[in-house]
Amino acid sequence: MENLLNLFIKSIFIDNMVFAFFLGMCSFLAVSKNVKTSVGLGIAVIFVLLITIPVNFLVEHYVLRKGALAWLGEGFADIDLSFLSFMVFIAVIAAIVQLVEMIIEKYSPSLYNSLGIFLPLIAVNCAILGAALFMQEREYQTLAESTVFGVGSGVGWMFAIVSIAAIREKLKYSNIPAPLRGLGITFILTGLMAIAFMGFMGIKL
Amino acid sequence: MSDHVKEPMFSAKNLKLFTTPLGRDNPITVQVLGICSALAVTVKLKPALVMALSVTIVTAVSNLVIAAMRKYIPDRIRIIVQLVVIATMVILVDQFLKAYAFDVSKQLSVFVGLIITNCILMGRLEAFAMANKPWPSFIDGLGNGAGYGIILVIVAFIRELLGSGTVYGYPVMQKLGIYSTGYENNGMLILPPMALIIVGCIIWYQRSKNPDLIEKK
Repeated sequence: MENLLNLFIKSIFIDNMVFAFFLGMCSFLAVSKNVKTSVGLGIAVIFVLLITIPVNFLVEHYVLRKGALAWLGEGFADIDLSFLSFMVFIAVIAAIVQLVEMIIEKYSPSLYNSLGIFLPLIAVNCAILGAALFMQEREYQTLAESTVFGVGSGVGWMFAIVSIAAIREKLKYSNIPAPLRGLGITFILTGLMAIAFMGFMGIKL
Repeated sequence: MSDHVKEPMFSAKNLKLFTTPLGRDNPITVQVLGICSALAVTVKLKPALVMALSVTIVTAVSNLVIAAMRKYIPDRIRIIVQLVVIATMVILVDQFLKAYAFDVSKQLSVFVGLIITNCILMGRLEAFAMANKPWPSFIDGLGNGAGYGIILVIVAFIRELLGSGTVYGYPVMQKLGIYSTGYENNGMLILPPMALIIVGCIIWYQRSKNPDLIEKK
């Protein structure tokens, strides 16, 4: 239990998706113009990570890994399908995003209206595929661990986009040199935020 | 292929497709595509170059493939088709790197896989390859890959030179004897945040040279 809590905090602050690995930067830069929409996108990312990471974990452990197909019988024991992982992961993500979109549309139209436009975007958000690949590379052992990692990364991503959006809202009133306006200052701002986040690096969990 | 007879392969129009993404319509600094992987691999010049090459190859070839198939792809499932083409290319590149450049492949870790979700690819496929002939699409892919590569190499050059005092692993600063004058490497530049700030400065420089790129208030 303690281990899971550590992993959760680590994936939010120390291994923050945006500030430590620059994942999901494209939608991060495009959507972080106001707080309200970035909260919506943040929740959608957490939601999708919560579902896709455990599913990809199961796929990795029961289909792709070397020896993972042993449950099918003796002859399958030494098949190694890990070279297919990119394609399988992205297919799983795209399918789940589509599914989640349809379910939300059916059962909660109000949530669909607030998340709707962001959900399809998420399929090609690098944070989602990145989290799946990190899950594979760091070899999380249990389903619980990978789920906690998925949610933690999502929360970290949301945390980052909402804080940047809040700063950008205030930034509208400041006098920035014209060539730096918009994109340029956002990059520098994100860099400064990332430096601040490096303060968490010293924490040993 | 009859059109190719009318239009030479390296006509001015096609050359322009290659050169505009290098500067005026750069995928990173102007179109804001493919930032994710651009920043994480730029600590050293070597992984940055490998990454730039991989992205260029994947963009060019998947542009070519999609442009060749564009009339047969049903509109509703085009995203899945595009993803499959891209993922196939990326798997090929990844296996190639694992076989012939294992140490670089280890350094790039998940970022080779993340080429799949690199927005440059989807962006170019949607915006260009779905509506153009294979050959111009191929050039467009090469141009955008190279435009991405240029930024990567500039950032990596600055970070490696000032951060570790080397260029492509060659100890420039040491050979020049600068350390004896009291100069020290700036460890700050190796840290991830500096990549963002350097790209920010490149954007600043580019926009002050091309005032029409400045965003309106």
